[in-house]
Amino acid sequence: MELDHLGIDYAFLGGNEVELKSSIPAGLFCQLKENLASFGISIVDNQKDLLVQKIKDAILEMIYSEENPPVSKTSVYLSEKLNLSYGHLTNLFSEETLTTLENYIILQKIERAKDLIIHGEYNLTEIADKLNYSSVAHLSNQFKKTTGLTPSAFQRIVNKRKQAKQISSKQELTSN
Amino acid sequence: MNKKPIKILLADDDEDDRLFFKEAIDELNLNTELTIVEDGEKLMNNLLDPTIEMPHVIFLDLNMPCKSGMECLSEIRDSELLASLTVAIYSTSSSEEDIEQSFVKGANIYIKKPNDFESLKKVLNRVITTNWQYFSSGMNKENFLLSI
Repeated sequence: MELDHLGIDYAFLGGNEVELKSSIPAGLFCQLKENLASFGISIVDNQKDLLVQKIKDAILEMIYSEENPPVSKTSVYLSEKLNLSYGHLTNLFSEETLTTLENYIILQKIERAKDLIIHGEYNLTEIADKLNYSSVAHLSNQFKKTTGLTPSAFQRIVNKRKQAKQISSKQELTSN
Repeated sequence: MNKKPIKILLADDDEDDRLFFKEAIDELNLNTELTIVEDGEKLMNNLLDPTIEMPHVIFLDLNMPCKSGMECLSEIRDSELLASLTVAIYSTSSSEEDIEQSFVKGANIYIKKPNDFESLKKVLNRVITTNWQYFSSGMNKENFLLSI
């Protein structure tokens, strides 16, 4: 643990949060930040960034929950989870992320849809159901709007990429 | 807002298109840093120069002298160092075949060059802000496909 290493007192708050027992000098803070960066850990050192991260985590938790159907209303879920008004959350999110909360949720839902499509275990009707879309048409429309591609074109491209990779690795084997 | 600028690299041999692109980016009011090169060879030299920081997104014209956009794309995807870069193909063609072929070869984004300035601004804004979500949220770039 880098904090022990640098002689900093701390306590875990659970999740991704650590509380420092006392404030630390800027020089030491920069060193900590650098040391952690080499592990791929970034320090969220401002309250707004922290809240944005909490919103993002809550969105992912909602989208990836296996309950079926997961949550009835996103705005209620988020404001209850973070104990802040939905209006406050959406404003902050737009200020900090170059997108809106609504668009971000759609983007992440479509990402999950992509994963499920690639995985091949479920058909589109089941995926629409899992992600709380009212119909396959609704999912397909939002997929097309978000990616510019239909779900089937997406699947075709991913499959062709896989084939191309297999062919090139086979060629490498034979040429060796 | 973002503290660090979003780095953008454009490779295009057409001078008018380059100017058009730069003006559109300037007017977006996003915190961006644009570098422009005139052909594929210069693009690869820029990317492989260890003193230059990697861009967040590359806009690649398909028809260029020296090295075409497709050749650059293949080189980028075959290179361990560059494979994870976001590549946007920037082309005059809107044929389904060209679009699909670019994606299969590893492009993340396919842009049909818009003819008017306002559409170009809209398209660039969407590409840059969407790509930023993949960066800032650590999303899987392999599944990042956008045709626009």
